[in-house]
Amino acid sequence: MAKVLMKGNEAIAESAIRHGCLHYFGYPITPQTEIAEYMAKRMPKVGGVCLQAESEVAAINMVLGAASAGARAMTSSSSPGISLKCEGISYLIGSDLPCLIVNIQRGSPGLGSIQPSQQDYYQATKALGHGDSQVPVLAPSSVQELADLTGVAFDIGDKYRTPVMLLADGALGQMMEPVELAPEGQTVLPEKPWAANGHENKRKRNIINSLYIQPDVLEKIVLERYKRYEQIEENEIRCENYMTEDADVILVSYGITSRICKTAVGMARQKGIKAGLFRPITLWPYPKKQLMALADQAKKFLVVELNMGQMVDDVKVSIESKKPVHFFGRTGGMMPSPGDVLRAIESEGGVR
Amino acid sequence: MNTKPFNWQPSKRLLIITGHFGSGKTNIAVNLAKIFAASGRKTTLIDFDTVNPYFRAADNIKSLERSGVKAIVPEYANTNLDLPTLPPEIYSVFKDEDPGSLAIFDVGGDDLGATPLGMFNPQITGSGYEMLYVVSMYRPLTASAEDAARLLCDIEAASRLRVTAIVNNSNIGEATGRDSLIQSSEYIKQLCEITGLPLAFSATMLESGDFDGIEPLLQMADETKYLWKESAEADV
Repeated sequence: MAKVLMKGNEAIAESAIRHGCLHYFGYPITPQTEIAEYMAKRMPKVGGVCLQAESEVAAINMVLGAASAGARAMTSSSSPGISLKCEGISYLIGSDLPCLIVNIQRGSPGLGSIQPSQQDYYQATKALGHGDSQVPVLAPSSVQELADLTGVAFDIGDKYRTPVMLLADGALGQMMEPVELAPEGQTVLPEKPWAANGHENKRKRNIINSLYIQPDVLEKIVLERYKRYEQIEENEIRCENYMTEDADVILVSYGITSRICKTAVGMARQKGIKAGLFRPITLWPYPKKQLMALADQAKKFLVVELNMGQMVDDVKVSIESKKPVHFFGRTGGMMPSPGDVLRAIESEGGVR
Repeated sequence: MNTKPFNWQPSKRLLIITGHFGSGKTNIAVNLAKIFAASGRKTTLIDFDTVNPYFRAADNIKSLERSGVKAIVPEYANTNLDLPTLPPEIYSVFKDEDPGSLAIFDVGGDDLGATPLGMFNPQITGSGYEMLYVVSMYRPLTASAEDAARLLCDIEAASRLRVTAIVNNSNIGEATGRDSLIQSSEYIKQLCEITGLPLAFSATMLESGDFDGIEPLLQMADETKYLWKESAEADV
C-alpha cells in the first residue's frame, strides 16, 4: 500500500489492527491517548473491541482475560500507568500469555511530567513484574519502526508465549512521519492449542493459571520458561550499526535519542571526530555480542539516554568493561539537542 | 523558490483554523500569520490548542514575534502542566475594532479540539468569522471524502460554528511527491460537493511540483520543530 502520514501513536494502533489484534483495553494518559482514541474510532469498523477500562489495573487484567481465550490483545499507557499494570504483567508472565504492552514514556518518577523520557529502562528490562521473569522489549526510533515492531512484538509474543513491551516515548508517540503499513486482512494468526476457549468435550480442558502451591512444580515451570528466554536471546536480538566501521568513539543510544545521536555523529564527523552509533533495538534481550564486537576497535563509548544512565551497566557488561563508558543524558522530560550531544562527544569521548 | 503568488485573503477579522489532528493546521496558521503580518496587517496568532501539549504554535513564539506577529499562547504551554487552559488575553482580539487587524485561531484537532470555541460563541459570531477546515487525503482517518465530511460536521457541532471553506493540505511529510497534491484533486472535489463548501486554497511545503491549475496555492515553510535535527539548535 502507498505511504500515509501518521502520528506514532496512530501507527501503533493501526498496525496492531492490521496484525490481527482485535482486542484493545486501555485507559487515557498523556502522551499515549491517541492510541486509545484511534482504537475507539477504528475497532467498531473492523469488528473488534476497544474498551476504556475503569483503570490501568482493570485494563491489564482484561488483556489477561482476552489472551487466555487465545485473542491477540494489547494495552497501552505511559510511565505512571505502566507501574499500575505491573502486577497484571507478572500474572501474564506467570500464565505464559502473549500480549502487547505499549509504554509511551513520560518524565518521572511519580506523576512526573508529560514530556518525552526514557526513564523506564530499568523497569522494562529488569523487572516489569515481580518474580523471576523477563519481557522482550522493543525500542523503535521512527514512526515506521513503531508500526513494524508492533507486528514483530505480536509474533514474538505468540511464538514464545510471553508478554512483549514496545518501549517508546512522548516524542515518538506524538510526531508525524510517512509510514507504509502492513496490508489489511492478511495476517494469519497462529494456532493456540493451549487457549481456554471452550473444549466442547472434544479435548482436555485448558487451564490458565499462575498459582502453584507446590514449590517443586513452580520451579520446573520457571526453568522451562527460562529455556524459552534462552531461545529468545538466540533468535530475536535486533540492533543497528551506524557509521561504526571506523569509529573511535561509539555512541550507544536507542529510541528518539538515537535520532539526535545520528545527527550528532554527522556533526562530529564534519569536525574530524570518528564517531559512530550503536543502536540496540531489542533492549531485552540486549545485543551484547554485537556491542562486544566493537569493543576492541573503539577507544571510548558514550551512552546517551533521556534518563540518569540506566543503560550504562548493560553496555559495561556487554563489553566486559574493556573500554571506558561515559554517559550523557537529560532527564525529567528534557531533550538534548544534537549540539548538546556533540559537545558531550567532544568533552567526554571526543577522539580526533 | 518557484513561488506562485498567493492572493487569498480572509474576508473577516477572525480566521479560525480547524481540522483533523495532524492535518497541518499549526503550520498553515503560522505561515499565514507571517504572510499577513509581512503585508502590513496587524496580525495575532492564538494558540487555541487545549488538546495536545506537543508540536504546537507556542513552539514558534520567537520566530513569530520576529516576523511581527503577536502570539497569544496558553500560560502553561510547553511547561510540565497538562492543563487545558486558554489565556484570558483572547478577549482582547474581540475588542480590537481596527478593521485591518486579523486574529488567527490555531484550534486543536478534531471535534475535541474545537469544543472550547463554543464558549466564545457570542464574541466570535458578533465579530464575524471565517472558519477553515484543513484536510489531508493522506491521513488515514480522513482518507475518504465521506470520512472527512463526517469529521467536519463533528467539528461544526462541537464548536457551534460553521465551516466556511476547505483547505487542501494533502501531504505525506518527507515522502510528499511532486504529484501528491494533484492526486488529491478528485478527493477535494468530492468533499466540496458533499459539504457544499468552496475550496479556499491548497497548501504545500514543496518548492516545486505538479501545481498546474492548483490555485490559490500557499507554498509554506516547514515551521515544525524537529528535536533531533541540526535545525533544533536554532530558536532554543
